[in-house]
Amino acid sequence: MSISARPTMPDKSGSLAKPADGRFGRYVRARFADRLFKYYFLFSILALCFVLGLVIFFIGKTALLTFAHISLADFFLSFDWTPENESFGAAGIIVNTLSLTALTLAMAVPVAVGMAVLIAEIAPKWLRNMMRPVLDLLVGIPSIVYGYLGLTVLIPVLRRMSGENLGDGLLAAALVLALMVLPTICRISDEAISMVPKKYREAAYALGSTRLQVTMRVVIPAAGRGIVAAVIMGMTRAIGETMAVVMVIGNTAQLATTLFTPASVLTSNIVMQISNVEFDTTWNYALHMMALLLLAISFLLILLIRYLGRKGSDQT
Amino acid sequence: MTPTAQSRKMQGSLAYNKLATAAFYGLGALVLLLIVWLLLTILGKGLPGLTLDFLTKVPEDIDPGGGIGPVLFNSFYILFLSLVVSIPIGVGAGIYMAEYAPENKLTEVLRICVESLSSVPSIVFGMLGLAIFAEYFQIGLTILGGAVSLAFLNLPMLARVTEEAVRAVPHDVKNASYALGMTRFQCIRTVVLPIALQGIITGICLVAGRAFGESAVILLTAGLSTSGEMWDFNLFAPGETLAVHLWYVQSEAIVEDAASIAQRSAAVLVVVVLLINLLFRIPLWINNRKLKR
Repeated sequence: MSISARPTMPDKSGSLAKPADGRFGRYVRARFADRLFKYYFLFSILALCFVLGLVIFFIGKTALLTFAHISLADFFLSFDWTPENESFGAAGIIVNTLSLTALTLAMAVPVAVGMAVLIAEIAPKWLRNMMRPVLDLLVGIPSIVYGYLGLTVLIPVLRRMSGENLGDGLLAAALVLALMVLPTICRISDEAISMVPKKYREAAYALGSTRLQVTMRVVIPAAGRGIVAAVIMGMTRAIGETMAVVMVIGNTAQLATTLFTPASVLTSNIVMQISNVEFDTTWNYALHMMALLLLAISFLLILLIRYLGRKGSDQT
Repeated sequence: MTPTAQSRKMQGSLAYNKLATAAFYGLGALVLLLIVWLLLTILGKGLPGLTLDFLTKVPEDIDPGGGIGPVLFNSFYILFLSLVVSIPIGVGAGIYMAEYAPENKLTEVLRICVESLSSVPSIVFGMLGLAIFAEYFQIGLTILGGAVSLAFLNLPMLARVTEEAVRAVPHDVKNASYALGMTRFQCIRTVVLPIALQGIITGICLVAGRAFGESAVILLTAGLSTSGEMWDFNLFAPGETLAVHLWYVQSEAIVEDAASIAQRSAAVLVVVVLLINLLFRIPLWINNRKLKR
C-alpha cells in the first residue's frame, strides 16, 4: 500500500495546488502523509505480531512432528534422554528446569526485595540516585560474561568448599542466575513500592508506627501485587536464560538429585544439541518440542502478570 | 496495659526498627560490594593485557598470540544491521500503540502479542532463525541470518520503550498543536517525537547493549566461525561475534592462551556495552544543558 502510493503523491498535490495559492496543496499533502504514516505505524505493529506468528508456526510445526514418532507419555513422563538410542524422555530435564528456577528465586527474591525496600523506603536521596543506575548496569552485562565468571571464579570456589570434584550443577547455575535476575526483580519491586500512595505511610506513622512496622505491615502488602509481578518477570528471565546456564550446569541429561549433580535444563539442552542434529530427525523434533514448552511457560507467566495487573487496577 | 509496659513494647519496636534499618543497609552494602568486585574482576584481569594488536588481529587456531579483530568487527556489523532492520518497525509499532491504538479488543490482542513476544526466550529466536535461514532458505549460518534474528529479539523491547516515551509526552503540548490545525502525523513528527526522543534514544541504547552481548541467537544463526578476514562486509559470510567467541574460547578452543583471550574478550565485551550505554547519551546531556540555559 505505502510503496505503490508514494510516487503518485507529487502528482496529486501538484494538480490540486494550482487553483489555490499553494495552501490547498499543502493541506492535501499533509492529509496524505497523515494517512500514509497511519498505515505505516499499523503495518509496524502487525509486523510485530507476524514475527510472533512466525515463532509459534515454525517452532510448533516442527515440535508437533515429535508425536508422530513417540507418544506423549514417552516425552513427558520418561526420564531417559539418550537420543542415540531413540529415547526422548524429557521429564528429567523439565524437572531440572523447574527446580533450578525455584532455587534461583529462593536465593534472589529475599535479597532483591530487601534491596528494593532499602532503595525506595530507607536510603537517602543521594544513595538512591547512585544505586538505581548501578543496578541497571548489572542488567546490561551480557549473560555470557556471567557464565564465564561462574565458570572461572564461582566453580573453583564451590569445588573447594564442597569437596566435590566437579562443582558444576544446579547450585552453581542457581547462584549465577540469582545474580542475573536480582536487578530485574529489585528494580520492578522498587517501582511498585514507590507507587504506594504517601498517605498510607503518613496514616501509619500518625498511629505511632516505626518505619519497620510501616514497611512490613503497610507498604509491602500494598505493593504486593507489583512485587509478585516482579518475581514472575525474574522467573521468565531465569527460565529462558541459556548461555550463562550452559557454562556452569554440567550439561548431562539426567535428573539432578543433588545440588552438585551435573544436569541440564531445557535451554542448555537445546543449545548444546541443536547444531549437531539433522533437520528431519526425531531428535530435532524433540528439541523443538522443548522450545515449544519454553514458549508455553513464558506465555503463561506473561498472562499471569497481566491478570495480576488488571486485578490491581480494578481495586483502586 | 500499664504505661510502663506500653513504653517497654515501644522500646522493643524502636530497637527492632533500628536493627532492621542496619540489616537493610548491610544487605545493600554487600550487594554493592559484590557488584564492584564483579566489575573489578572482569576489568582488572582483562584490561591490562589489552593492546591494539589484540583488537585487530585475526584469531589463531593453535598458536598463541591471536586477536579478536574479525569477531569484534562482526559484533558491530551484526548489531548495526539488526538495528537498521528493527528500529523503523519497533519505533513505528511503539508509536501506533501510544498514539493510534483505539481502546478495543483488537488493541488488547496487539498488546498481548507485544508482551508475549518480549517474553520469548532468546534461544527460541535462535531456533526460529535456524529454521528460516538454514532450513527454509538453505543459506546456512550467515551474518544476514544472525542480524535478522537479532532484530526479531529487539523488536518488542523497542516497541515498549518507544510507547513509554511517547506516552510520557504531556497532553497540553499535543492539544496545542492540534489547535493550530495540525494533522495527527504532523503533530507526531514536529511535537511528539522531538519531546520523546530522549526516552527513545535511551531505550535504543539499552536494546543495543543487550543485542551486542547476545550470544544464544548468534550462536545458532551466525555460527561459530568467521570468514577469517578483517573488514569482510559480505552478508553471507559466517558471522561469529565477540560474545560467541568468548564461549567458544572458553569451552572448545585448543589455543594455548585461551584463558588469557577469554579474560580480555570478557573485558572488551563489558567495556563496549558500558560505552554503548554512556556514549549515546552524551548528545542528550549536551542538549539538556542547552535547554536549561
